[in-house]
Amino acid sequence: MSSAQTRNLIVLAGIWAVLLLAPYWMAPLGGYTALATRVLVLGLAAMSLNFLLGFTGVLSFGHAAWFGLGAYGAGLTLKFLALSTPLALVAGILLGGICGGLLGLLIVRRRGVYFAMVTIAFGQVFYYIAFQWSSLTGGDDGLRGFSRQPLDFGLFKIDILSEPNNFYYFVLFCFALAVGIMGFVLRSPFGRTMIAIRENERRSRFLGIPVERHIWIAFTMSCFFMGFAGALYALVNNFADPRGLHYSQSGDFVMMAVMGGMRSFWGPLLGAAVFVVLQDYLSSITVNWMSFVGLLFVLVVLFFPRGLLGFLQRSRA
Amino acid sequence: MTSSTFNPKFNRRTLIKGAAALGTFQIASPFIIQARGETPIRIGMVDPLTGAYAAPAGNEVMGAKHAVAQINAAGGILGRQVELLIEDSANDVGTGVQKARKLIERDGVNFMIGDVNSGIAAAIAQVTAEKKVLHIVSGGHTDSITGKDCKWNVFRVCNTTRMEANSVCDVLFGKYGKKWHFITPDYAFGHTLYDACTDDLKKLGGTVTGNELTPLGTTDFSAYLIKARAANPDVMILLVQGSDMINCLKQVVQFGLNKQIHVAGTQQELESLAALPPEARIGVWMFEWYWKQPGIAGVDQFVADIRKLNNGHVPTARHWFGYVSARSFALVANQEKTVDAPKLATALEDFELPDDVKLQPNKCYYRKGDHQLMTSAFIGEAQSKGKDDPEDLFRVDEVIPGDKTAPAVSDTGCTIHWPS
Amino acid sequence: MTQLLLFNVTNGLIIGAFYVLMALGLSLILNLSSVINFAHGGFLVIGGYIAYTITPYLGFWGALLVAPPLTAIVGLVVERVLIRPLYGRDPLYSLLLTFGLAFMIEDGTRFIWGAQGKPVTIPPYLSESLSNDLFFITGYRLFMVAMVIVTVALLFVLLRYTRLGIRIRAGTLDLETVAALGINVQRLRSLNFAVGIFLAGLSGVLAAGQLGLEPTMGTGLLMPSFIAIIVGGIGSLPGTLAGGLLIGVASGLTAVFFPAASEAVIYVLMAVVLLIRPRGLFGEEGMMS
Repeated sequence: MSSAQTRNLIVLAGIWAVLLLAPYWMAPLGGYTALATRVLVLGLAAMSLNFLLGFTGVLSFGHAAWFGLGAYGAGLTLKFLALSTPLALVAGILLGGICGGLLGLLIVRRRGVYFAMVTIAFGQVFYYIAFQWSSLTGGDDGLRGFSRQPLDFGLFKIDILSEPNNFYYFVLFCFALAVGIMGFVLRSPFGRTMIAIRENERRSRFLGIPVERHIWIAFTMSCFFMGFAGALYALVNNFADPRGLHYSQSGDFVMMAVMGGMRSFWGPLLGAAVFVVLQDYLSSITVNWMSFVGLLFVLVVLFFPRGLLGFLQRSRA
Repeated sequence: MTSSTFNPKFNRRTLIKGAAALGTFQIASPFIIQARGETPIRIGMVDPLTGAYAAPAGNEVMGAKHAVAQINAAGGILGRQVELLIEDSANDVGTGVQKARKLIERDGVNFMIGDVNSGIAAAIAQVTAEKKVLHIVSGGHTDSITGKDCKWNVFRVCNTTRMEANSVCDVLFGKYGKKWHFITPDYAFGHTLYDACTDDLKKLGGTVTGNELTPLGTTDFSAYLIKARAANPDVMILLVQGSDMINCLKQVVQFGLNKQIHVAGTQQELESLAALPPEARIGVWMFEWYWKQPGIAGVDQFVADIRKLNNGHVPTARHWFGYVSARSFALVANQEKTVDAPKLATALEDFELPDDVKLQPNKCYYRKGDHQLMTSAFIGEAQSKGKDDPEDLFRVDEVIPGDKTAPAVSDTGCTIHWPS
Repeated sequence: MTQLLLFNVTNGLIIGAFYVLMALGLSLILNLSSVINFAHGGFLVIGGYIAYTITPYLGFWGALLVAPPLTAIVGLVVERVLIRPLYGRDPLYSLLLTFGLAFMIEDGTRFIWGAQGKPVTIPPYLSESLSNDLFFITGYRLFMVAMVIVTVALLFVLLRYTRLGIRIRAGTLDLETVAALGINVQRLRSLNFAVGIFLAGLSGVLAAGQLGLEPTMGTGLLMPSFIAIIVGGIGSLPGTLAGGLLIGVASGLTAVFFPAASEAVIYVLMAVVLLIRPRGLFGEEGMMS
């Protein structure tokens, strides 16, 4: 094994060690397990967005739509269909992914700011539907009256509702699953093709690569992952609301991805960690936390455009 | 590719050094806190201090802070000092729920207050019920909190939409006429308020000439006002709140509609009236609490105390909500000599607020069946400026006790289930 | 029925006129510098608050005259310090930076002036309605429309006949050549940005008369402005004008028949335009890919 591969493995092991032991090292630092769970879920959302943005080079600014749909899918399932956490997750994944896939067919030909604005438009339409269809979704008050159900393995049950650590490890498991698939895809020939399209779309086309089809597949996959993140989010809060569909939520995800590092795989998770922890911490000590978070956005864009991970990689080189 | 013209004096390295120093200090601070003496009693408060409801939320927090200062000056709760931990829900449910968990899991609060936003209040109620923490909803109005979603550990200070409608509809019908046209904000609070008002109107024998459902955040009401005017009602009922109320009233007055149609509504707040130009301060409304109550025990002192904290401005109903919530916890805990949530919840049922807390003429108590505070409704008319005081923007005509405006417990849909 | 329709179309045009003012400023900045200014709503709010602060000293008309230029100066400072480093980079970065800037502006105005809304009075002679039937056409709204018309005319004159205007138009088409011709492109961008922010500030002063003045005032007005630009066509100012009026009318008419959708309809409109004719009504092919 080359030294680069060894280093990568060590970094990977380090990341997973940190994640696995989170409930234990967070408490003495003034953290709490629910915070870590939230970081994982939002980190997964940011990584799903980055699957599209960082690796295919396509910006979707309305991606929260699939996140929100995933949340509603999970919530509605738990509330009206069946008291089963896995089923709720599957419903969320499918709702987010299928809607994204269908709408993706319409927009694949557009690029750049056009693409971004259309995704905002779609997101806002779903937002207004969720808002207005209050008999189903609870409207502005949000979808309530459901909660994550214990995991039934036949022989034993795991209570993920009142035990924060249990729930954290469940989410970590789901996260690992999603991230594993993502990594697998990115390392496959398909993933390589996505990067080629990002680097030089014209040349990819000249090479005979069906660019639109690849972008659509990448888009749809990222929507499925977003739906998964959204479904998990509904479980975190025992709640789903229209704000999860709003473009300002999308803006947060894009910022997490950029802050952590768009070109790296784990960057968005780091970005999500910094964003969530900072917001959580700052809003407890000052009512003017928005200024600081805004300032952070500004500083990141000006000084760390490659994100924190990008900066670390460069300084090492 | 570098940007040649921009040369910051400080560079990335300095920034990182500064951030690292700041970060280390922050990580060290929890240890510093733990080094202090005996653990105080903690009250957690979650409110949207940023976003559209920042003004009322800030006032609620101020009221609660004042209450805690008073409680501590009188010896605290069970001899221990009280700490008020305030968290910003940023008008977002996910954040609100997260902060509630933080306050309960990490900070170990004994009591919870919040949220102004009904949706967030209800979501936090789910958390406090799960964690068995006593929770008073200070300013979230949706009926279900003391209705079909009521819980043994949740109590509420502010009025329900039914109470608000019942308080003002009789007066409007008798004074202004039978044909009403509604401007309703298109979300759950608006819908329940509309239903409550139309039920009352039908009972009195009036008619609804129309209902304009306006999306939340509407800035231009002209299309709806055109329709309302065309329907030729006696009264135009504005159910919108907050910024929507301000925009709507401003436009109603600019269009001169108030000269042809009576303008009224249910809930009105001093924050909204203060944000309107004087000529737009019109209409008949109900207030949930008002600062100018000559002759009522304790009010003048409260107003004077809040003025000191509030840059000389008078307290609003929101200050009172926060104040009552915090004081309620202290009163019942000191009375029962415990901080055990189920015991205190039982004690709060039918608990009557003393004069210096209720700050109103009528009896004020938390009703047993639904945990709703039976607080009075102040009916009156907005005025552009008070005779003696520039902040006296509302002339109170009548103060109706809460148990007269509240529907019977059986009609609220609330059944309280106690933990085994 | 026809009267209702006529009323609402007229009303929609009045609403649209206001969107036009906001969108034109945004469009100017986008066309020349490829900067997506998500803080435009924030500058609107700054304009409103500056007007509120100086009204006691200079009166309504004084504030109207002085607040927009002051806002433009704030814009100049922002451009010099924060936006200039982003030229030449992906427009994504300007979007993110201004997104963060919008946070700071909202919080800053709340910090300085407080969360409580501020009462703004307009001169009583402007508050009169045109007639009993046309009650929704008040003097103030006519005044707003008049201001928009005057501003559009002045903008047209600026762009057509002054040196700055010609340079801006040339720069929109081909900035490299303009630079090669020896024109100070940095200064051109700064001045262009300032003009755009001037328009935002003016919108803020006018809006404060109609709406409640508070820190979150600008957020609801930002998206319609972007939509006006997209519908009209990126890169075309007449397009932005048409786009603003169109979405005003669409929103106004929908409020009559299907009020729940009156805000969503402009997004649907944008989606339809982007899918069928992405260059918008008056835009040129390939302006922004």
